[in-house]
Amino acid sequence: MRTEFRIRAARSLGRPRARGNIRRAMDGLIRKRIGAFPDTGELERLRDQGQAIRDHALNNLPELLEQLERQCAANGIHVHWAEDADEANASILAIIRRHNGHAVLKGKSMVSEEIGLNGFLAEHAIEPIETDLGELIIQLAQEHPSHIVAPAVHKDRREVAELFAQHFPDEPHGEDIEHLTALARRVMRARFRDTRIGLSGVNFAVAETGTLCLVENEGNGRMSTTAPDVHIAITGIEKVIARLEHLPPLLTLLIRSATGQPITTYVNMISGPRKPQELDGPREVHLVLLDNGRSRIHADPELRATLRCIRCGACMNHCPVYTRIGGHGYGTVYPGPIGAILEPQLQGLERQGELAQASTLCGACGDVCPVRIPIPQLLNRLRSEHARQKAAPGGSGAFVERAIWRTWASIHANPGRYRRGLWLVMRLRGLLGRWMGPWTRTRAAVRIAPRSLHELARQEGFHGD
Amino acid sequence: MATDSRTRILERLKAQRIELSPAPVIPVRAFDWDAAETADRFQHMLESVRAEVHRVGDDWPRSLARALKVRRARNLRYGPEGPLGAELAAGWPTDGPQLLAQTQPIETLRDDLFDATDAGFTSCLAGIAETGSLVLWPSPAEPRLLSLVPPIHCVLIETHQIMSTLHALIAAKSWADAMPTNALLISGPSKSADIEQTLAYGVHGPKSLIVLLRHSPGTAESVHESY
Repeated sequence: MRTEFRIRAARSLGRPRARGNIRRAMDGLIRKRIGAFPDTGELERLRDQGQAIRDHALNNLPELLEQLERQCAANGIHVHWAEDADEANASILAIIRRHNGHAVLKGKSMVSEEIGLNGFLAEHAIEPIETDLGELIIQLAQEHPSHIVAPAVHKDRREVAELFAQHFPDEPHGEDIEHLTALARRVMRARFRDTRIGLSGVNFAVAETGTLCLVENEGNGRMSTTAPDVHIAITGIEKVIARLEHLPPLLTLLIRSATGQPITTYVNMISGPRKPQELDGPREVHLVLLDNGRSRIHADPELRATLRCIRCGACMNHCPVYTRIGGHGYGTVYPGPIGAILEPQLQGLERQGELAQASTLCGACGDVCPVRIPIPQLLNRLRSEHARQKAAPGGSGAFVERAIWRTWASIHANPGRYRRGLWLVMRLRGLLGRWMGPWTRTRAAVRIAPRSLHELARQEGFHGD
Repeated sequence: MATDSRTRILERLKAQRIELSPAPVIPVRAFDWDAAETADRFQHMLESVRAEVHRVGDDWPRSLARALKVRRARNLRYGPEGPLGAELAAGWPTDGPQLLAQTQPIETLRDDLFDATDAGFTSCLAGIAETGSLVLWPSPAEPRLLSLVPPIHCVLIETHQIMSTLHALIAAKSWADAMPTNALLISGPSKSADIEQTLAYGVHGPKSLIVLLRHSPGTAESVHESY
């Protein structure tokens, strides 16, 4: 079956350079995460806390959102609610228009990717300026992030150097990473000075204090939220947490899982616009709360765990599928294991149900998830729902597949049938050709051993079942 | 229209009644390091991310002026009304980099701050030993951009201000009762690993962070840490 996903995955597999870049980066991130959690007992304790905090937030979500709104309002932050991408885009545009803005400084925000904000703003003659180094690279290349934490992870320094040479011809050329970073600083500096509207995501929104917490290393996030007159923050409704004291364990889990650092260079806690006697800071702060399918996910007690996600990216770093096809292979905003459970729920099984197949079910994602989302279990749930949906109209392919699995199940349910089946398969193994239809197009043919493991074991003197 | 969306979203969320539960109580994570070890760990963590840490005495303005001269800074912007403003100005050597007072709103200072200021000085509220973090609550006297825009950021911290963890600090100082408009943790100069996961320092925030660590005589931790 030539589905869109399979075509994209095949294309990604055929790009050795990007694959090498991703593989190297993921190996590094896996090592750094291990180094960041030397005490597994403590890690498990932290994961328990992270899960409890996020579960509590989701189980009390409407009340916490109302509390967050009240506290933000008391702090002078304007709260906007958006049911979907269109509504979020429209309310952001209205704020920018009211201030006659022509450009927006953007701190990194995956939710802004989710609503297609950059394209929307450009259509309305407003320039989105990506300020995070990785996001800048992606914007210049006219691509989408291939990783939720490290958006340009598929590119190497030579590709970045070429890109910068094309777009900043007046700057000296160089392929050194320090040089490229310094170049980004120079070209961005005037934009930070002169742009009057900034936009960012939010890592955690604290209900009891009306505080927006953002973590970052470059300082572009602080620039985008502090230097302009207006700061617009956008986040999904699931990002709220009850208490300020819930921040320390979540920050530890998020940052160590994401990059292996003990802490990011900046942790930025924003609880309101500039006060009358203050000399700087935005005069207006807005918070856009986006639903876009999240309340639907929230309604299902099992799938609700999807919303615990704190977007660290550890599941993709450890995923054998992600590390081979990369983020672009998925064709969705959120890639990797979390994307494979989130996107089918956000966009519907008809459109993205196949993503639940983009997994070997090895379980690594569930093992590393800092808030213990049972990703493999949810993948299975979505697979069976998707299969049932597909099976409903009926087709010969689905019928044959079901017949095969039914036979397989009946053979494996009965030891006698299993032994006889095995005996038959071993005797007939000579008949199996090298070519087995679509199976062998991308795989080596199956070779069946002349003697089964059971036989060999019996021969070695093992008995019983 | 916005009100409608709000109502609809909240109605959907409230449709399946989940029983309200109390917020989980997270035990405060803290370490019982003594004052010397706390300061050592704080310094070590900061230095591991390329911050420059100087142990200083009461003539710290002179130490700072020397460190800035090494970096060829022409000037240092500071808040004269800040907790350390008077001390800094009084101890500043005549041959030190030029002292610039930060008293204007950003609207009239933008170009100077972005293009003509080499270094910014701020005090800080506390330090965190576990992660090597400076805790800043920018104020009218020491506004937010002073620690962000100039290429060099300088901070004086006293050893008694250093707590073992963020959680211990938040709990001891009851942050949840009153948050400032902006609270910051700063742990080193700005950096990025967005190209090939290779660390490069000095992206959009300060390229250098100079931390002056002053020993507070006869003190262990000034605030009792709870466990």
